[in-house]
Amino acid sequence: MSTLEIKNLQVSVATEKGFTEILRGVDLTIKSGETHAIMGPNGSGKSTLAYSIAGHPKYTITGGSVTLDGADVLAMTVDERAKAGLFLAMQYPVEVPGVSVTNFLRTAATAIRGEAPKLRTWVGEVKEAMASLNMDAEFAERNVNEGFSGGEKKRHEILQLELLKPKIAILDETDSGLDVDALRIVSEGVNRVKANSDLGVMLITHYTRILRYIKPDFVHVFAAGRIVEEGGPELADKLEDKGYAEYTTA
Amino acid sequence: MSTLTTNYLVPTGREEAWRFTPLNRLAGLLDSTVALTSTNSLVAKSLPAGVSSKLVAALDLAPMATTLDAATIRVREAVTEVLVLDIAKDSEVSEPIHLNRVTIDGQAQASRLLVNVGTNAKAVLIIENQGNAVIAEDIEYVLAPGSSLKVIVLQEWDAKTVHLGSHHAIIDRDASFTSLIVTVGGSVVRLLPTVEYRGPGSSAELFGLYFATDGQHLEHRMHVDHNVPNAKSRVNYKGALSGDKARSVWIGDVHIRAEAEGTDTYELNRNLLLSDGARADSVPNLEIETGEIVGAGHASTTGRFDDEQLFYLSSRGIPAQIARRLVIRGFFSEIIGKIGSQEIEERLMNRIDDQLAKVGA
Repeated sequence: MSTLEIKNLQVSVATEKGFTEILRGVDLTIKSGETHAIMGPNGSGKSTLAYSIAGHPKYTITGGSVTLDGADVLAMTVDERAKAGLFLAMQYPVEVPGVSVTNFLRTAATAIRGEAPKLRTWVGEVKEAMASLNMDAEFAERNVNEGFSGGEKKRHEILQLELLKPKIAILDETDSGLDVDALRIVSEGVNRVKANSDLGVMLITHYTRILRYIKPDFVHVFAAGRIVEEGGPELADKLEDKGYAEYTTA
Repeated sequence: MSTLTTNYLVPTGREEAWRFTPLNRLAGLLDSTVALTSTNSLVAKSLPAGVSSKLVAALDLAPMATTLDAATIRVREAVTEVLVLDIAKDSEVSEPIHLNRVTIDGQAQASRLLVNVGTNAKAVLIIENQGNAVIAEDIEYVLAPGSSLKVIVLQEWDAKTVHLGSHHAIIDRDASFTSLIVTVGGSVVRLLPTVEYRGPGSSAELFGLYFATDGQHLEHRMHVDHNVPNAKSRVNYKGALSGDKARSVWIGDVHIRAEAEGTDTYELNRNLLLSDGARADSVPNLEIETGEIVGAGHASTTGRFDDEQLFYLSSRGIPAQIARRLVIRGFFSEIIGKIGSQEIEERLMNRIDDQLAKVGA
């Protein structure tokens, strides 16, 4: 049982004009087994929330706290956060030329697990996870995210989710750029990890589409850098009908 | 004494060809008062079938191409015996030919090597340079029609070595030449991989990798002379630099002459600066005298470490130092993967890792 606790989180980003405040006091608690959808218009700070928790150097924390089972996440380096059990599936996964998927996955698994996975079981593990995401075996020999289609990048993110087995996963617009088939495959991947573990999920999305596949327990509406409304799955239906207008024109 | 090494031919540093080179660190290689030892310094442990070697008196073996390079001119004056490798026509040499450098500590050396690749012959040659040396050399590769030669030249020198070298290839009709130069050691290394063609359908690939740390000067100057129709050339050099006064120079001169219709050429140089105080100069020059070509292009980039790559890898639990190694290995893998020997590839990458650790990167 794990708990990610975000309290009054305030985050700024350096721009040409100086520091711009993006997150203005975010409070959110995610426990193992729970799925929280974070929904909001573009530019509301959803991705900033995701990247701040993961520790991207671009963002400066100006106030508040993030803890995972009481441990201060903000004091950890980026890799320490991952080792503590956090995972960020990125909206725009980064290309790493010359580094094969195989090598990358094994290096990451070695770091997260604290020892190199046994080669025999590892190969099978990767093959199985790839097959269930409809990924071709040759995929493993390609360079990380290099020349991947949008759908391949997202599948590769979920492949990592399956193999690295985090406690809490943040999925940042994992649905963007996916066609219906890819969305279903990726969603099934997330659901499989949820079924096989006690994964807590922060699902960041602009559209309600992915919520048909990944059922949220809680829905939070994000606008202008904070959570402005919270509810159950029914809140997503309301957003589907009415959009974000009432939150952005305030 | 020959007039060739009289003072007016010794570079002053103002010449285009020498303006990047630290002339005060050449340990006498361009100084006519310092004698060059001319014994052959390349040795083959054994030669595969189809390959033979001999030492020929320099007086009986004029160079295949003229040169304007002051160091090469000195070599040609000093050397008394030329090592000649002959690869018999039609032979497909199954295993690489290995030549290892024998260095003489404390003496400036000069060396000439001529590699003749017979008609339709095919071979891989690996030249390994290790240890401490002060050496100037002149290598010529002559590829007969239809032949193929891949040369891997490794500079894994110790820290004090000074090495000036000219590697000139003459490529006849339908022959293909691949050069892969790896420079990861030495104090000053300045190499000139140059190419000229003798007939159409010929191709040259010049690949290179260099890694410079504290105070190292690593310089590679290509010259591809497209002097025949329908020849092809590709140049791809990648370098990384880390540490104070780490220095690299890459010059890519490609000349497409008026008669070289149907030329297809592309050259690329990428540099990765891993720390402050390192400097990479990258100068592509493309001179085109005919518009009737297949393609001609060049690209040169010098950049710093990509923090987004580092973040991505770290966010998967990979510690920053390992992530950096992974990215640097990845950066070099495109070139290093062409060596075709896992043993050498690992050795080179381990050396780069060690050097990175020393400069704290």
